[in-house]
Amino acid sequence: MTAFLLRRIALIVPTLFFVSLLIFGLQQLLPGDPALALAGEERDPSVIAFLREKYHLDQPLPVRYALWLKGVAHGDLGESIRIKRPVSELIAEKLPVTGELAAFAIVIALSIGVPAGIVAAVKNNTPVDYGATIAALWGLSIPNFWLGILLILLFSVRLGWFPASGFVSPAESLRQNLMTLIMPAFVLGNAIAAVMMRHTRSAMLQVLDADYIRTARAKGLPQWRVVLKHALRNALVPVVTLGALEFGALLSGAVLTEQVFTIPGFGKLIVDAVFNRDYAVVQGVVLCTALAYIVLNLLADIAYVAINPRLRA
Amino acid sequence: MTADIAPLLVAAAPERENGERPWQLALHRLWRRKAAVVGFSVVVFFIALAALAPLVSPYDPVATNFLLVRKPPSLLHWFGTDEIGRDVLARMIWGTRASLLAGLVSVSLAMMTGVPLGLVSGYVGSLLDAVVMRLIDAMLAIPFLILAIALAAFLGPSLTNAMIAIGVSQMPIFVRLTRAQVLSVKQEDYVEAARAVGNPHYRILLRHILPNIVPPLLVQATLASAAAIIAEASLSFLGLGQQPPDPSWGSMLNTAKNFLSQAPWMAIWPGLAIFALVLSLNLFGDGLRDALDPRRS
Repeated sequence: MTAFLLRRIALIVPTLFFVSLLIFGLQQLLPGDPALALAGEERDPSVIAFLREKYHLDQPLPVRYALWLKGVAHGDLGESIRIKRPVSELIAEKLPVTGELAAFAIVIALSIGVPAGIVAAVKNNTPVDYGATIAALWGLSIPNFWLGILLILLFSVRLGWFPASGFVSPAESLRQNLMTLIMPAFVLGNAIAAVMMRHTRSAMLQVLDADYIRTARAKGLPQWRVVLKHALRNALVPVVTLGALEFGALLSGAVLTEQVFTIPGFGKLIVDAVFNRDYAVVQGVVLCTALAYIVLNLLADIAYVAINPRLRA
Repeated sequence: MTADIAPLLVAAAPERENGERPWQLALHRLWRRKAAVVGFSVVVFFIALAALAPLVSPYDPVATNFLLVRKPPSLLHWFGTDEIGRDVLARMIWGTRASLLAGLVSVSLAMMTGVPLGLVSGYVGSLLDAVVMRLIDAMLAIPFLILAIALAAFLGPSLTNAMIAIGVSQMPIFVRLTRAQVLSVKQEDYVEAARAVGNPHYRILLRHILPNIVPPLLVQATLASAAAIIAEASLSFLGLGQQPPDPSWGSMLNTAKNFLSQAPWMAIWPGLAIFALVLSLNLFGDGLRDALDPRRS
């Protein structure tokens, strides 16, 4: 286990190096002089000279990369040119909002996807299985921003049950917080529920075919006990670890969902930064996302090995 | 998704059953899968719609008419009109072009860069492979849409840049898939034989390995097209894809969300079109995967 851990952590180092290169490289995609692009409509030569010095644009590329990396290592992701605040501070402010939305979405995804997968596997090759499979394909194919719009049309415009947009923090009002998050969390959880359903169904089909399940059935145990106690416990191992890999989809989805429901989270931060040409914020958000993804991947791998005794040896 | 299509390699073996070539067998299997046939037919319908847009579109998609602002569906305007009196149906028909173009161009770009890189990386191995794989890991660490948004942000908002961004974001999957297939195929006897008779490396790669890894790449390309169409619609929805006044389904939805209570029809049709096209591509991709994998047939 220790050897595995060390090997797995060692693999992260070059990946992190390339992630940093990619994110730093994004700035080089700016057409023309980056100082001009950063200055926006400001064409004052003194401002441009200041920006050139501040962002070390007068230095050779490797020196700029080293300076940028040194800053990042010290938690300095730069400063937003529009809001004039450190990027790390902005991210820390928005992260809890997206975190809550994501957690809510995962709960919804698990409570729909896993039971649907179990039922589909138990009722394999029956209309129930076909129905669940079609529903999963539906969930994977529907653009989540359109689903969000449809839900707003039905539940906000027509029925008036939920607010169409905005966010209320749980500290302010827990009830209002839940009301503002139900629709966005469902939209975000929908596609992940479809993936979870597919993983659960496939894992359960494999497990239900195993000898120990046959033995459990031969002993006369009731069906629900065989499925929920004997089969599900083993089938959930790959489901949980594969579920962790859906984090990327969750963040991509959050960008669109927050835009549709006007939620001031991580996703809205990057979109607003794009339109304000606030490149330091874009780079900061991408870097944090990649770091979170790498750490989650590592945790998922560790969990997989830790849960599975055959891999521990 | 990638792991799902790994066994397809078996299908590439030049076996014959009842005198049929492998591709004929695969076509027969595909034909038996009704969902895949329906999916393919819908995709063909959308391709025809995009190609014949100038002939079938009832109105000019960018012509405004301030007397017809936000009119509900009627006999004259089947899908209604938008916030500046443009015909929604005409914009949807022309918008098909942006979506299909995004699917085609992005996936072609991803394949043109990803497949050669995966081929060389898997074939050469050693340090080159290790470096390429870490680079790919780094690209995969950044969620698909976030990477596409960041690229589109730095490149500037336009349909062309959105397609480049989507293509670059999809490239790592093709590198990984191609490399995995090459690692498996290069151990085969016929590759060993090709090497033994003195074929140069490029010839072994292009004539002996590449043709045998086409089926999984084909399936991945179909499924990636669906993802690219959603990504283009997403970028256009965020204002980073097709720019106004040119129509695209994503940008139509972006406008529609501001008029949900006054003109809900503006939001229904473009979303339905994205959903139908993506669902059809997924159905076709799933069917193709099953048809090319003898273990699933």
